[in-house]
Amino acid sequence: MTQRQVNVMGMTITEKILAKASGKKTVKAGDLVDAKIDVIMCHDITTPAAISMLIEKGIDKVFNRSKIVVTPDHFQPAKDIKSAELHKRLDQWAKRQKIKYYYKIGRAGVCHALLPEQGHIRPGEVIVGGDSHTCTYGAFAAFSTGVGSTDLAAAIATGQLWFKVPASMKFVLNGLLKKGVYSKDVILAVIARVGTDGALYRAMEFVGPALKGMSMEARMTITNMAIEAGAKNGIIGFDAVTKKYLDGHLRDKKSYKVFESDKDAEYAAVEEFDCSKLEPMVAMPHLPSGGVPIGKCRGKAMDQAYIGSCTNGRIEDLRIAAKIMKGKEVAIRTIIVPATPEIWKQAKDEGLFDVFYKAGCVISAPTCGACLGGFMGILAEGEKCISTTNRNFVGRMGHPKSEVYLASPATAAASAIEGKLTDPRKYL
Amino acid sequence: MAKAHVYKRYHINTDEIIPARYLNADDEKELALHCMEDLDTGFVKKIKPGDCIVAGDDFGCGSSREHAVWAIRGAKVQTVIARSFARIFYRNAINCGFYLIESDDAVEKIKDGDEVEIDYGSGLIKDRTSGINIGFAPLPDFALEIIKDGGLLEHIKKATTD
Ligand code: SF4
Repeated sequence: MTQRQVNVMGMTITEKILAKASGKKTVKAGDLVDAKIDVIMCHDITTPAAISMLIEKGIDKVFNRSKIVVTPDHFQPAKDIKSAELHKRLDQWAKRQKIKYYYKIGRAGVCHALLPEQGHIRPGEVIVGGDSHTCTYGAFAAFSTGVGSTDLAAAIATGQLWFKVPASMKFVLNGLLKKGVYSKDVILAVIARVGTDGALYRAMEFVGPALKGMSMEARMTITNMAIEAGAKNGIIGFDAVTKKYLDGHLRDKKSYKVFESDKDAEYAAVEEFDCSKLEPMVAMPHLPSGGVPIGKCRGKAMDQAYIGSCTNGRIEDLRIAAKIMKGKEVAIRTIIVPATPEIWKQAKDEGLFDVFYKAGCVISAPTCGACLGGFMGILAEGEKCISTTNRNFVGRMGHPKSEVYLASPATAAASAIEGKLTDPRKYL
Repeated sequence: MAKAHVYKRYHINTDEIIPARYLNADDEKELALHCMEDLDTGFVKKIKPGDCIVAGDDFGCGSSREHAVWAIRGAKVQTVIARSFARIFYRNAINCGFYLIESDDAVEKIKDGDEVEIDYGSGLIKDRTSGINIGFAPLPDFALEIIKDGGLLEHIKKATTD
């Protein structure tokens, strides 16, 4: 008997993964389940607190040292004494617990770029991380969501967490993207339409022909920002592009199970987008939902450009930025942050650093840094930054009276050259 | 009696509740000194133990930092009453044993500075200043159990030793 005949009602890909993880044949939106966790992502801000809690409660153990991936990234290399103390606590714990995949400084990178790159993400699995953008990994047909320190502690100790199965919203991405328009523009347009709580507590499932032409890197930019619409997870089905990426990256366990949504699965809402009509987008301060086409905001003066982060700090993003900056000079402070050491090396080997150097950019080591207002590019009062990151809340990159404008690497690069919000298409 | 601090705002986010420049610490007392700093620099001065925060939709959106809950709890806030909460914030609060109240009307009906009394058992906010009573749905049973046990970790510990 096939699964379709067993179920009265079809299930979404998110429901199927959560059903498998909780040992059930079927689940539906609203069900409370105890799910087994396949991978736990730990970084330097939320994990030290989780470790302290476990020690304090006398349950200082890890459920499986091979299923936990540790990388300092937010304040790495340590930006001050206090963050050095956080790193010390993380380091001591990772060594004491013999965590198998511990990426020490030199191998550490922005978590959501590092884990897929190093082959820790597999379709059909359940991944949690002590970071809201853990939803990124849904690009690999996995269920992945961000949690706080207490959940993280519970997951580390038991390998299990409670979840309410989210209702799913389907986002149909029709048409093909025009030149100069990227997956970042798509997700900014999606969030501009539904709002920052438009998918609250829900799964955002992305389907449609526009995805077919997107690399895994581009798809990760979309699922990365599901949280910016309030979603529990973002998810994209498995296809040949997914398989090719996994074939090149998976580490020890090469097997995985692929789930897909049934045709009669239930959706709380369906939103259709014609991607062929999209223009480059810029999310105005102070919400990620503030997206407007570049035509409506071009010309606004900027003080800084930031190209990096788990949203757009991957090699493809750096290539796009370098293509636009080649032979030009930037008019404002421009900070380039390759998200992982491997991306850093690739960018160097491909000669992208030469382009950035000649253009007058500063190139940083892999770090979250200024994306969250940590260090390496903090804004002063009243300053404006065009950024490839995912959040533009008040004070996000520095002074509470500074402003962050979110855009694609192409738009950020073009704006860096002109020192004002600029349509990248004139440079392509 | 608790004083209500009303913010007629949507999407009060974790960056406003506890800015990232303070995330190099995870001590509750230290975080409390900067609670709500980027939204209202006077917050920490005016909050008294047991007071509550009242706000609009999507309170706590943004990062997964539990530091946001710790900063609020560390500032001795009794509860946050909002029209809705962001998912991770809501979950973090339950996991920490911190009670949150979802109410459609509170942000409209309660005025900044009103004295309120909260009856968690019957799900009632009594505004002593205006005399208005506002009902709310108590948290679901599984969440109440976690809160009763003093948070998720205690809850797990109890479940494994029972
Ligand atoms: S790059 Fe920015 S959004 Fe991504 S994990 Fe780091 S701080 Fe968070």
